Amino acid sequence: MYNASDLRKGLKIQIDGEPYIITEFDFSKPGKGQALYRTKMRNMITGNQFTQTYRSNDKFEKPNLEERTMQFLYAQDGEYHFMDTSSYEQIFLTEEQLGDNLSFLIDNMEVEVLFFGERPIDVSLPIFVNLEVTVADPWAKGDTSGSDTKPVTVETGYQLQVPPFVEQGDKIQIDTRTGTYITRVKE
Amino acid sequence: MLSVQGLQQRSRLLQAIRSFFYGRDYIEVDTPIRLPVLIPESNILPFASEDWFLQTSPELCMKRLLARGCERIFQICHCFRKEEQGRLHQCEFIMLEWYHTGWSYLELMEECELFVCSLAKTLPTFQGFGENGTTLLIDDAVVDLTPPWEYLSVTEAFERYAQRSVEDVLAKDCFDEVLVAEVEPMLGWRKPTFLYDYPTVLGSLARKKPAAPHLAERFELYIGGIELANGFSELADAREQRQRFESEIRTIHANGREGRVPEQFLIDLPQMGECAGIALGVERLFMLLSRRDSLLESVPFDRASL
Repeated sequence: MYNASDLRKGLKIQIDGEPYIITEFDFSKPGKGQALYRTKMRNMITGNQFTQTYRSNDKFEKPNLEERTMQFLYAQDGEYHFMDTSSYEQIFLTEEQLGDNLSFLIDNMEVEVLFFGERPIDVSLPIFVNLEVTVADPWAKGDTSGSDTKPVTVETGYQLQVPPFVEQGDKIQIDTRTGTYITRVKE
Repeated sequence: MLSVQGLQQRSRLLQAIRSFFYGRDYIEVDTPIRLPVLIPESNILPFASEDWFLQTSPELCMKRLLARGCERIFQICHCFRKEEQGRLHQCEFIMLEWYHTGWSYLELMEECELFVCSLAKTLPTFQGFGENGTTLLIDDAVVDLTPPWEYLSVTEAFERYAQRSVEDVLAKDCFDEVLVAEVEPMLGWRKPTFLYDYPTVLGSLARKKPAAPHLAERFELYIGGIELANGFSELADAREQRQRFESEIRTIHANGREGRVPEQFLIDLPQMGECAGIALGVERLFMLLSRRDSLLESVPFDRASL
């Protein structure tokens, strides 16, 4: 159990059977009044946000959360199937649960899947992923339009801005936190 | 944490505070910070020091000095409160507390005005003071320091900023929540604000208003949404004080903690007579006057550095 005095930004707690992460936190205490713990939190399953003020005698359960390393196998009918690399157990997440992660997810990629009890609720991708450029305008040497970047599409369908020298068939490294180009990768 | 320059600035503030009170015939006292019994307050958790406690405020001993015959006293001292940590709270902090016999909270509010205006004159290089020392700059706001400041009763404040009556928030047990979320952030922006006349149940050690006994003569000073000081016309009736302590101790026991009546204090209390007293957070004052953003930037050592 957590006490109200344990609350802080980043702490994960369980409310009404669901896991929440605290995204903002403020301690306040009016003169001669009670300690108030003001929080903003996000439901880790639905993504819904809300604010709530607690008092010092409030208590919170610890959510049963566990991360497991899993490999992405395949997608079918909006379900994304992953396999535990040590137990070979398979699970799937929905397109909605994966959200923006889909821009960078390719077959055989190893990711960390977050479980709430037995239920997979989220994935964390590697910070850097290497993806192949599938659509790019050729680099026109002597282009003096002054543009420093051009748009390309990678194998997942994700589009981003890259330097003009990147060509179709190149592999590029992308930062999954920001979705931006890092470097061209020689293989 | 403060740089050498910051420490110099802080030292100048402490000197200016002392000059103000010495100039008005207060005597500076210092009372024990480790005590066998404290004021029973259900919302304040003390640190134990063996079988005694670190003080949560110097109030008990200072009032006993008034009972001994002192007329005007002030003290700058360290106080300790468990589990208080935030942008405006630290477990160990510095309190400026002063008492004036023969006064009520009304005279004390006027003295607060004089106090801050005198600091503005003495400390013109502090970044928080505007030109001529007649304003205080907080974020993008310019707070006018010219007396009289804004006097707003708790009843008016809840009606104006929360559109609720005090009776309603008390009945629904959400006075503190509404105060913190809706009322406090609005106070003390045009001029510093005195929030005054609290419901007696929140009166702590304040005396009841003779003409309206459901109210206590207590006030809080707010500048730029920040609570800076808490003052009372002090309760001098030992019998009523004992009843309030006992009721507070019942709440403390219900919360599973220990608390007892400070008997020595109650023995001395009848000698204290009419007086008014106030406690002011020195680090918060320093933070405001020097335009720092948090208490952590306003102290010689922050917790993480120890």
